[in-house]
Amino acid sequence: MFDFFFNFHPVIQALIKGLAVVLVIFPLAGACSLAERKVSAWMQGRPGPNRAIVPWFAYIPFLGTFLQRLGVFHLMADGAKFLFKEEPVPGHVNKLYFVLAPALAMMPAFTTVTVVPFGAYFDGAGHAIPLALANVDVGLLAVFAVSSLGVYSLILAGWASNSKYPFLGSVRASAQLISYELSMTLSVVPVFLWINAPGTPGTMSLAKVVEFQSLPGFWGGTWFIFLMPLSAAIFLISLFAETNRQPFDMPESESDLVGGFHTEYGAFKWSLFFVAEYSHMLVGSGVFTLLFLGGWNPLPWIPLADFVAWLHGLLGSAVILHPLFVGVLSIAIFLGKVLVLIFFFMWVRWTVPRFRYDQVMKLGWQKLLPLAIANLIFYALAIAWVQTR
Amino acid sequence: MGSFLFDFFAIFTVICAVGTVVNKNAVNAAMCFLLCLVGVAGLFVQLDAYLLAFLLLLVYAGAVVALFLFIIMLLDVQGKSAVSFRRLSTAAAVIAAGLLAVGLCSFAIHGHLDAPNPNYASGVGAALKPYAYQLFTLYLLPVQIMGFLLLIAMLGVIVLSKKIDPAEGAK
Repeated sequence: MFDFFFNFHPVIQALIKGLAVVLVIFPLAGACSLAERKVSAWMQGRPGPNRAIVPWFAYIPFLGTFLQRLGVFHLMADGAKFLFKEEPVPGHVNKLYFVLAPALAMMPAFTTVTVVPFGAYFDGAGHAIPLALANVDVGLLAVFAVSSLGVYSLILAGWASNSKYPFLGSVRASAQLISYELSMTLSVVPVFLWINAPGTPGTMSLAKVVEFQSLPGFWGGTWFIFLMPLSAAIFLISLFAETNRQPFDMPESESDLVGGFHTEYGAFKWSLFFVAEYSHMLVGSGVFTLLFLGGWNPLPWIPLADFVAWLHGLLGSAVILHPLFVGVLSIAIFLGKVLVLIFFFMWVRWTVPRFRYDQVMKLGWQKLLPLAIANLIFYALAIAWVQTR
Repeated sequence: MGSFLFDFFAIFTVICAVGTVVNKNAVNAAMCFLLCLVGVAGLFVQLDAYLLAFLLLLVYAGAVVALFLFIIMLLDVQGKSAVSFRRLSTAAAVIAAGLLAVGLCSFAIHGHLDAPNPNYASGVGAALKPYAYQLFTLYLLPVQIMGFLLLIAMLGVIVLSKKIDPAEGAK
């Protein structure tokens, strides 16, 4: 059925796959901004955006009003507005870096997607083949390395703006992002200590982590969030700080810095920063799902293979076992978990007030970092003890 | 295609390195340095040393250059006129540059590289395990000494930068 696709030149195949993933991530990131408004409205007991509608949609009974109440047309209206608004470039900015910064924000956000596996299917022998643009062995390191480049967009945006509030925002950004990167990296080391048992070839692959969480038996099927709750907590908190989400959004912090690093930006450049922020959140939640929430396994102790077999027994249709169906099912499960995490991000944003800057630094260096090191030492000893028995 | 990419990254790296040195604006120089590091990471990927490439990006491009920019912005050094060279330092610089040029020329004319060892081609820098194994066996002492040096440097910075109030010190 798809032979024509595999007849293309590998470069073209890779391009098509890459485009397909970007075409999912970009609108999803845009939809997150709408979801943010709807969720905030829901939490504060307001209706939220519910007015915009395309004229002829209003004539469709029920569906038209339902979509209007849901606010989906606000998303399109926002997109169109950002595209057609005047792009202000203040006279006092460094033009090259001012224009470069929003583009630079998008690049790491979309590059990290290439190494994040997002689903799996089973070949004839029953082995799970992960779906990813590039299933590299250094997986997680690649995500960390490329996403750490995201800080330059904030630094350059603030510096190029050449005015006080953006400058303060970018100085904060550079200090904050580097501080939390440390505890983030340390918090995932126990996971890789556990999956790299003695005698196995070492790997940092994210797909391998999921494979370990789909093994049969009690300990095999345990998601790592139950096995290493402290690692998961430290990773999640650092993720909030790394993606500039409240309560850690020091770089923009609109109550004391007007708009922080993006104060001088408007129109489409401004919106690019936010698409990049939501893409970072999506990728970050994806990595958290893979590391601690079992990836594409539907429930703890129920791996994807068992679930598919159960579904096959229930419905008795051979379509269930088709690799295409399994692939789509695994992607749906994975995306479902990611979206729940995104909701969690919004939930926290509209519940917890913003920290002061000194509190952010104190939390990063004096609480999370020692905690991450203690956690690492504890798990190193525990894993050495368990795996040698 | 591999050779083309290698040449591309090599030329890119050299251009960015030159840009780092000759740029008068400190932020431009730091950005050139960043691109230079990305170029070196690209070369590592071409040599199948994926791990080294990503470590380089993670540590140097992701953190060290960001700190450089942080310091540059904090001190706001850009825009100031450079201190004019003294006669002695100019002479030293000319002699050093001459030595470097002579060394490069003699290497280009007389030097020759051994053919790469096929047993070693798979590369220590490709995957985690061989890399870590080398780090904790063959290179254990250098790694420890480097760590110790960095620790001493950090202590030195703390001692030099912290102004101890005599009244507070007496307490």
